[in-house]
Formats: sequence, structure tokens, C-alpha cells
Amino acid sequence: MSVLTIPDFNQTTPIDQIGVEERVSRLNKRSIKKESKLQALKLALSMIDHTTLEGKDSEGKVIQLCSKARLPYAPMPNLPHVAAVCVYPNMVATAKKALQGTGVKVASVATAFPSGMAQLHIKLDDTRYAVSEGADEIDMVISRGEFLKGNYTFIFDEIAAIKEACGEAHLKVILETGELETLENVRKASDIAMHAGADFIKTSTGKISPAATQPVTLVMLEAIRDFYRDTGSMVGMKPAGGIRKAKEALQYLVLVKETLGSAWLTPEWFRFGASSLTNDLLMQIVKQETGVYQSINYFSND
Amino acid sequence: MSDSNTKESLEKISNGSPKPTSPNADLKLDFASFWEYSPAPESSEHVKIDDRYNHFINGEFVEPVKGRYMKSVNPATEEIICEFAEGTSEDVDKAVKAARKAYEKTWSKLTGKERGKYIFRIARMIQERARELAIIESIDGGKPIRESRDVDVPLAAAHFFYYAGWADKLNYAFPGRKPKSLGVCGQIIPWNFPLLMLAWKIAPALATGNTVVLKPAESTPVTALKFAEICRDAGLPAGVVNIVTGAGATGSEIVNHPDVNKIAFTGSTKVGKIIQKSIAGTGKKLTLELGGKGPNIVFEDAPIDQAVEGIVNAIFFNQGHVCCAGSRLLVQEGVAEKLVQKLKDRMETLIVGDPLDKNTDIGAINSKAQFERIQSYLEIGVNEGAEMYQCSSKIPENGYFCKPTLFTNVSQSNRIVQEEIFGPVLTIQTFRTPEEAIEKANNTPYGLASGVWTDKGSKIFKTGQSIRSGVMWSNTYNKFDPTSPFGGYKESGIGREGGLHGLYPYLTF
Repeated sequence: MSVLTIPDFNQTTPIDQIGVEERVSRLNKRSIKKESKLQALKLALSMIDHTTLEGKDSEGKVIQLCSKARLPYAPMPNLPHVAAVCVYPNMVATAKKALQGTGVKVASVATAFPSGMAQLHIKLDDTRYAVSEGADEIDMVISRGEFLKGNYTFIFDEIAAIKEACGEAHLKVILETGELETLENVRKASDIAMHAGADFIKTSTGKISPAATQPVTLVMLEAIRDFYRDTGSMVGMKPAGGIRKAKEALQYLVLVKETLGSAWLTPEWFRFGASSLTNDLLMQIVKQETGVYQSINYFSND
Repeated sequence: MSDSNTKESLEKISNGSPKPTSPNADLKLDFASFWEYSPAPESSEHVKIDDRYNHFINGEFVEPVKGRYMKSVNPATEEIICEFAEGTSEDVDKAVKAARKAYEKTWSKLTGKERGKYIFRIARMIQERARELAIIESIDGGKPIRESRDVDVPLAAAHFFYYAGWADKLNYAFPGRKPKSLGVCGQIIPWNFPLLMLAWKIAPALATGNTVVLKPAESTPVTALKFAEICRDAGLPAGVVNIVTGAGATGSEIVNHPDVNKIAFTGSTKVGKIIQKSIAGTGKKLTLELGGKGPNIVFEDAPIDQAVEGIVNAIFFNQGHVCCAGSRLLVQEGVAEKLVQKLKDRMETLIVGDPLDKNTDIGAINSKAQFERIQSYLEIGVNEGAEMYQCSSKIPENGYFCKPTLFTNVSQSNRIVQEEIFGPVLTIQTFRTPEEAIEKANNTPYGLASGVWTDKGSKIFKTGQSIRSGVMWSNTYNKFDPTSPFGGYKESGIGREGGLHGLYPYLTF
């Protein structure tokens, strides 16, 4: 019996979209109240990859972002810090310095983010540069064009090469599910990424609409579960883009809890790629703790 | 892998063991150790249930002639909710007379459009009181509020809306024929969907111009009596809807009353046969919705994760108290191991408990009698040599609760495969070829509902044509809509309810 079992990626795992949507809607009916709500809000806060990925990003903005990441809400110093900040490679050094000794990780997008339209050697250079600047985590994009062509070996090899270039850094593989369109493609891309060595699989760049959706996330979580059953290895999950409200974040946590279980409910295995989610979580936490809603003006925009 | 291991697994194969198990079969997903949902109970403070309920006859609540009362129990707490009248032949006779009078004096004289107005009004009032009705349904019957709120009550209202629309269009429903109403309909409904079954019965009867005497089940009478209040508040002419409560003896009085023109019954096949015998030769029309042992067939090319969800909906919906439940899982051998593993994982996340908690997936078994019946089937299954699996989730100490249960290693001849258990109990059999699946699926006295799971459209139709059942769901299960006819083959019943077909049993031409 062969130990190395890489599936034939030309085979498609059947997925019924209506069934997936029904499952999501049933999970959304979970009513999260009282202590379980507060616990989940704080957990979600600790899972955020606080992100800025704009052409106009400046060092000042990144430093601001880092100070928010370290201490999300000064009046409540005991709240958890976010999991990571996520920036472009040329901002990694700045972020690394600003976050020294805080436990907040630095994640960097690489591989010609967000399109991935570049030669492999350029992507590898991009990755090595980000790692050398101090990135703890690399968020790469797959070549969607090659994937849609059916060139699955290309996708596999590319991810494996980037993984090697990452060295110690964790690799998150962005599938850009908005461009893959079908859930069956999402499943296939997830399987390829995990078998090629991804530490995390991630839905979107945030630059394409739709970004993260719950049906897509559920399909990816189920792929992670099957991968775990087949290989014994855990892989992390990161929905990114479009998650703005605390209520949605809780819905995502329910998806994780009831698909993969408690072991994945930590920042080590689940992340939210988001920027405006942080403040809504803070507002809800303050509401839960004090009983009254604060105006948005009391929360810093970083 | 060492030689001895290889030898061992080869031996296993030659000994008829299906396949060497996967190297990670002992991996466990842990769904419980962290982040437990806090209780989220639906408030029942605004819901008023009287201490005692009487029959609803001729537009008013009247005490039973013999003065006897029965008790309704909350199956989740074993506490008594209220008393309700026990109907005797005198009460039934009064109700039938009231229905006859209403039929002759008012209801049959109204135009379809006027009848439709009343039915639309009832539908709207069910919607207005939806929350109250859902809560009562959960208190009285033990079903989770998620289901009574999202399925039972909205569907009941939808049935009234749908049949209200037919009331003034009967002549167009049957072109070239002249449909006429029958007269007084005696209707007897079960305890698994009290309000919904009432709607299935009363809505088409009223739309077609008949009047009714309805008896709800003795373990779940309250929503029917709340419905009586709605009829009264809607200004429905007195006697058009009469509700007589009681047990089997009361039902028998309705069936055998000489002035009833039609009997509609939903319940067990055993009682259905008794009814059919007793009305033989009387000229009464009859519809029966009886038991089932629905086969749910999963082919290896099915979307497995969605099929698992469908299996859960097929057998654990309403604690398995569903006549069309998919209680026999037939799964193609190649995917059986994987599918059962996934099903077990999914079962770990089912929450069994307080029916009024919004997070509850599986509520209480409807009554003590049913609880004991299910327990006896679990024993039978184990004694027949089947392998039983129950999820590890906690269940409340009081009340009638049953953990969701799987039986593997079963054969077609086992009682748990042949007989309707009417509880959260699933038997799992495997098959190798489509022919074998179809043969096993059809090898039952029942023929109510079935399911087929495959990615291939042509296979759905081929299987559907070969399975003898009134309903077949493909890549889904337990979906209901008022526009769709529902009913059984073989010992699962006679006649159809729902849709255009549901008008026939209440008309003569």
C-alpha cells in the first residue's frame, strides 16, 4: 500500500450548491447569546488578520495599523490582540519593527498579488524578499488562469515551489474563489493547495467580488476535514474580504465549530482577513460588557 | 508497511471484510470541548394555555355531554399542560349535526369567492399568531421550536393560502366537468404535525365547499383548539369547522357516524385498515395517509457532504416522527465507510434537548407510549445482531428524549428494517448495483416516500421510475409545498393531499 496518496485532480468531487446553501442557512440559525456570544466576539477579535493592501499605503499608516493590532481598544487593555497584520512585502520591515515583542504576527501577500500574473521566478523572489524582511506568514495567490485551463499540475508545482521558498514562514494559499466561480472548482483548488503543502487555505484577495462567502467557506472547511481524515494533518482556514459585521463573524465561527470542531477554534487554525471587522467586534464587546452601545466615533479607524 | 501487516490485511480481505480501514480511522473530531452555546430559549410568557378546553361545536366551545376530560402532557417535562374534553358518540353526533346544518344552510350556498375570503382570512390569522402557535406546538408535541417556527406553522398558513385560491376556480381546475362538494367530512389527524395536518385536511375541504368534523390526536390537541379560536375570530359561519377531541374511540365514532360523507385519516397503517373495513359498503369516500419506511438511496457519485445533511434531514427531522421519513439508508458499497464516518461526525453536532431552545435540533419524543415503542425497537435491533451507534451528546434527565441512533450490519429480513419505528432511528444497508438498490428499496409493504442522491440526472429519473413510492426526492429530502401532491402507494395510503390532486377527494363529479 502506498503511503503517498495524492488524488487525481482531474476527478471532480461532486458538490450540490443548493445543499451547501441550505446547510449554511441552517447553521446561521444557531442563536449565540450571553456568555457564548462574548466568548465568540473575543475569539473572533483574536483571529483577525488586520489588513491594509492599498497602493497608497504609507509607513505611517502601517505603524498606526500595528498599534491598533497590538491594543485594539485602549479602555479595555485585557482584550486579546489580533492575530496578525497583513501588508505588502515592502511594508513588512516597518510592521515587524512596530510589532516587536507583541506576539502579533506579520503576514505579507506575495507572488504578484493580487493577480498572480507573473513568471514563477518573480513570484519566488517576491516571496523570498518578504520572508527576508521578517514576514512570519506568506499569503500567495494561485494562477487562476492556469487553473481554469485545467492545468492542475502547474498549480500544484507552483504552490510547492512557493512553499519551499517560504522556509519557516507559514504559507496561506489564496484561491480567489470569486474567479473560480463553482463550488466544485473551490473544492478542487483546496485539495490541490493542501496536498501541495499549504498551511492555510484562504478564500480571496479582497480585490475581486464576491470575496469570502459562507457557502464557499463551508466547502473549504469540508475539504480541510477530509484532508485531515485522509492524512492526519490539520490545515488552517482564512475567509477574507467582505466580512464587516460581528454577527457574520460569529456565523463563520459556527461553521468552523460544527464542521471541524473545537481544535480549529484558535488563531493558529482560523483567521479572518478583514479591516473594518475589528471595530464592529469592539463595539459589540463593549455593548456586551457595559450594556450600552457606544457611537462609532469612540473607536479609532486604523 | 511490514509484511505481517500486509498479510493481516490480505487475510481480512479474503475473509470477506469489505476493505482495509483507512490509516486514520481512529482520528476524532472534537465538537464539544470548547465554546458551548449558551441557552437561547424562546420566551413563552405571552402564550396563554387554558387549564381546560372543551369541544368546538357549532361555533362555540361546549362541554362534553358525558363530562369526561383527558390530560395533555408536555413530553419534554412530563408536566400536565391542560385538560381537554373526551368526545363520546353524543358529542360526535352533535358535531356532525352542526356540520350538516352549516353545510345545508350556509356553506354550500356561498359562492366560491366568498368561501375563499374566509379561508384567506384564516391563513392570515395563522400568520399573525404564528409565534404563539409555534410555541404551543413545541410545548404540546415536543418538537424543536426551530421546526415549528420555520416549517409547521408557515406551511400550515401556506396550505390555507393555496387552497383559498382554488375556492373560486374549481370549474377551471376540472375543465368540462362540474365539481360538486360532498357534504360533511370526518377528519382524523396524527400527533406528529398537529397544526400542519389540520391544515392539510381542513383547507381543501373548506375550499371545495364541505364542512368538517375534525379530531386531533389525544397527545397534541392544543393547536387544534387554538385554531378553533381562529375560526371563531375569523367569523367563519357556525358549524363549518367543528373540533371534537378525544382518543381512538372518539375517532371511531366519527368514522362510523352514518351522516358523514367522507373520511380523511392520517396515521398508522393498522388503524387505516380498521377504518377501511368499517366503512366498506357505506359509500363514504376515503383518503388515507399511512405509514412508511422510506428508502434513501445514495449512489457513489453523489455529493457526499450534502447527502449526509440530507440523511440527517430525512430521519432526524421532527425526532423521526415523520411518515415519509427516510428511515432506510441504502448506500453504494464504495462510499459506505466514508459516508457513515461523516454521518457519525455530523450526529455529534446535533443538539438534543429543550424543544423551546432555538438551538435544539432534536426535541422530545411525543409521548411516553411512543418513547417506549422506540426503546423496544432499539432492543429488537440489538437482539437481531445489528450494530447500534448513538451520538455522545447529552440528553435531559426528565422528559422523553431519545438519542439519534444508527444501526449498521442489518439485513433486509430484520424487523428494524421492515417495520416503521417512527423515531430517530436509521438503518444502514449497502448495495453494489442500481438493481440491487431498487430491489431492496421496493421490498417493503410501504410506498410513501424515497430519496435518491447522485450527480447524474439520468440516474435520478431511471431510479425514480423504478421505485414504488408516492414521493421521490432527488438530492434533497423532506421538502413540502402546498402545490405538490403527497400520498402513498401500497400500504402507505389511498388518495393524494396537496396540489390540484388534493381537491379530488373532496369533490364529486
